[in-house]
Amino acid sequence: MVGIVLISHSPRIAEGTAELVRHMAGELEVVAVGGDTNGALGTDPERIQSAIESLDTDEVLIFMDLGSAVLSAETVLQMLEPEVTRKVRLVDAPFVEGAFAAGVLASTGAGAEECVAAAAEARTESKLHGQE
Amino acid sequence: MGAVQATLSMIREMAAAMEEHRKHLTKLDSEIGDGDHGNNMHRGFQAALERLENTNPQTLSDALKAVAMALIGKVGGSAGPLYGTAFLKASTTLSGKEDPAPEDVAEAIEAALSGVKQRGKAEEGDKTMVDALTPAAKAAKEAASSGKSAAGVLRAAAEAANEGAEATVPLTARRGRASYLGARAEGHMDPGAHSAYLLLDAAARSLGA
Repeated sequence: MVGIVLISHSPRIAEGTAELVRHMAGELEVVAVGGDTNGALGTDPERIQSAIESLDTDEVLIFMDLGSAVLSAETVLQMLEPEVTRKVRLVDAPFVEGAFAAGVLASTGAGAEECVAAAAEARTESKLHGQE
Repeated sequence: MGAVQATLSMIREMAAAMEEHRKHLTKLDSEIGDGDHGNNMHRGFQAALERLENTNPQTLSDALKAVAMALIGKVGGSAGPLYGTAFLKASTTLSGKEDPAPEDVAEAIEAALSGVKQRGKAEEGDKTMVDALTPAAKAAKEAASSGKSAAGVLRAAAEAANEGAEATVPLTARRGRASYLGARAEGHMDPGAHSAYLLLDAAARSLGA
């Protein structure tokens, strides 16, 4: 099973995206990590680490919004135990759309590889389907 | 003075510099970044100082590692992982060296630079702290091979970092929030390059240079 960690500078973006993914994907382990150590806008590597370690899934996908969310996630990845690092993947995809696509697939039992491909596809997927 | 004690006085000096220059760093960051660099660096180095004082590390390497972990955990912006990685790389380089030679100090700065470049995927000229640390590492190496003391190596690194930071003013940014600004980032000094200079300057002063 694939679990998802959502890292945003904003606690509300992280929580809101998690809410959306959970609603559409049902039984899926999704953890939101938003804001810095004081709950202000920013990122908090220690909470990112606990979020990853809290997931009881075979594989973990991490979605990041911008800048320091990416740097923090990469830094945490190097600090984790190797057996944890092995099951984690950073996903290079749009935050909301990517997490949504991956979440829906993951809820069907798809593996990480397939979920990551769907998330990456969300970058170029048209929303207006050529009607613009 | 032992190396652990020297690290403590260095971090104390760095924390004081971040406090003194907090407003200025925030002002620089407000011009092209998100305006939190001064506060973040101040918070991070306060946390690093507290961690050193509370955990009482026994080796130079462990002391620098404690600083790295505090910065990674408490800064809140990109500077945390970046400076944290810098201290982590320096700690690895100085492992087992309780009385580092000037060459070791120069190597630690070089290692810090390569860690920052790798973590931030930045190169020289991208208008980041790499623009201060690259000339700093070069100057440190030259100072060490010309027979300067460890303090002299840090002083040479700090002076070169200062020039490197000044040279970021006309640049267009290619990393971080400023990279979205295009030409509008030109004419402003990169706050990360400036804080890199301030930290090296504090390190040099803590050794009396």
